[in-house]
Amino acid sequence: MKTRLALRFAALGYLALLLGIPVALVFINAFQDGVAAAWEAVTTPEAQHAFYLTMVMVAVAVPLNTIFGVLCALAIVRQRFRGRALLNAMVDLPFAVSPVVVGLALLLVYGHRDGWIGEWLAENGIRVIFSTPGMILATMFVSLPFVVREVIPVLREIGTEQEQAAATLGAGAFQTFFRVTLPAIRWGVAYGVVLTTARALGEFGAVSVVSGKLSGRTETATLFVENRFQRFDETGAYAASVVLALLALVTLLAMNLIKPKEEVRA
Amino acid sequence: MSIVVDSVTKRFGDFVALDDVSLQVRDGSLTALLGPSGGGKSTLLRVIAGLEHPDAGRVMIAGEDATPQPPQRRNVGFVFQHYAAFKHMTVRKNVAFGLTIRKRPKDEVEARVGELLELVHLEGFADRYPSQLSGGQRQRMALARALAVQPRVLLLDEPFGALDATVRKELRAWLRRLHDEVHVTTVFVTHDQEEAMEVAEQIVVLNDGRTEQVGSPRDLYEHPANEFVMRFVGPVTPLGERWLRPHDVDILLEPVMGATEAMIERVTHLGFEVRVELSLGDGDSTWVQTTRGRAEQLELAEGEIVWLRPARDPAMAPEPA
Repeated sequence: MKTRLALRFAALGYLALLLGIPVALVFINAFQDGVAAAWEAVTTPEAQHAFYLTMVMVAVAVPLNTIFGVLCALAIVRQRFRGRALLNAMVDLPFAVSPVVVGLALLLVYGHRDGWIGEWLAENGIRVIFSTPGMILATMFVSLPFVVREVIPVLREIGTEQEQAAATLGAGAFQTFFRVTLPAIRWGVAYGVVLTTARALGEFGAVSVVSGKLSGRTETATLFVENRFQRFDETGAYAASVVLALLALVTLLAMNLIKPKEEVRA
Repeated sequence: MSIVVDSVTKRFGDFVALDDVSLQVRDGSLTALLGPSGGGKSTLLRVIAGLEHPDAGRVMIAGEDATPQPPQRRNVGFVFQHYAAFKHMTVRKNVAFGLTIRKRPKDEVEARVGELLELVHLEGFADRYPSQLSGGQRQRMALARALAVQPRVLLLDEPFGALDATVRKELRAWLRRLHDEVHVTTVFVTHDQEEAMEVAEQIVVLNDGRTEQVGSPRDLYEHPANEFVMRFVGPVTPLGERWLRPHDVDILLEPVMGATEAMIERVTHLGFEVRVELSLGDGDSTWVQTTRGRAEQLELAEGEIVWLRPARDPAMAPEPA
């Protein structure tokens, strides 16, 4: 009994100290000058553009990484080919590499003056660095592993029998995927999407390097928070942080709402 | 529709799962592939279904070469040991799957699904999910799903292997009756000789990737082609150099020509059947199955000396050449 209480206390205390109290303080500080001041701080044109840009990041990075993630997981689990182990290891690279390094690496490839293909792109009128495409690339890079990592164990668990059954019943590869495989892995995909979205919303380091941080042009919500903070606009910084936190929360809730209720999970 | 397997070989790396196996399954028959695990029976079934591609040989279904066809085109029903139920679909949707894929009109699908659920006694379960069914019910659902598309042949891979003994017995008898009703050519895999004997008209004994014998249950029991089949399809007991069925040994109270002297170690009454355990002169032991009436007549008791002799015309494997 005592050990159980102690265990609970330790877990909750750890969470409170590390997560609960700091996040609560962000909420309190955001509204220190009242709700009106906070609302005003997050509805300036710069703030609105920053949230819009963050949404663009999410809107592009999440669907692409979801499609890639599912295909990649299928290849890793269901197929045997040379380089499969390498692919499996490569997927984790964004976990291992610091986002700042990711940003610098993107500069080396797409930088206008000395980037690997940046010069050629610039001559053809395509701007990657200090512009939205570069920021999207950075966001995609850092949020790439989540869907793959969530889907792989689920694919392993469901095995291939359901797919084989579908084949003997006449279903082709596409029909089998959309009617059998995808529904069977959907909670893995959904959880991967939530994590990818959260990561894309919160990305700072890599985007910071490639964005140029032009307020109202290449500034995402996280960069906006930093910008406000460095200009001693605490209300602005904390209020924007609250909006970011709420966006992540909404993603989680949305996922819980679309969960069907009729299904009894064994 | 008939199935012909012609010299099929299948390897997995260095392991030879099927070694030049040939087989004929008559139209409308019920055949069991029987053998120890790793003997190749599941692989053979999967080759017939198109889930595995043979390294050599051909598979003909209804007189047509099916070898190059993918499973989608073979129109076979396949039932897996662990049901392979589509967990996210209701029973109704599971059963309707093949018809939905074939884009049959809605009312036709509905009618057919209703018919099949009745056939497998799951009428009241159409809107449940597989997780809400028992193992036996799931397997009956899987069977209905396989039958929905009116397959040319029905293939079952250890269909009752994951079920407990009582349900297994029930489903066996039920499969037998179902086959009498539906008449679809059926092949099922089992490692349980009793199951094969009870359900099948024809049994194929597979061992080490080869066919040991093909025949009716009675053939296999009474005229096994070799010692492996003899020992696999029924109980055996040693007498001298040979293996005999334990009920094919006569117990005599007096010595006669060709009888072996033995001492009774133990007499066990199992209802109608009586098991007599004996030790032979050379230190070996054996056992004999007899009836209660016979045991009483002979007044068999522990410590008594008796003589054992093969019964007239016993089931026996031919002497190895």
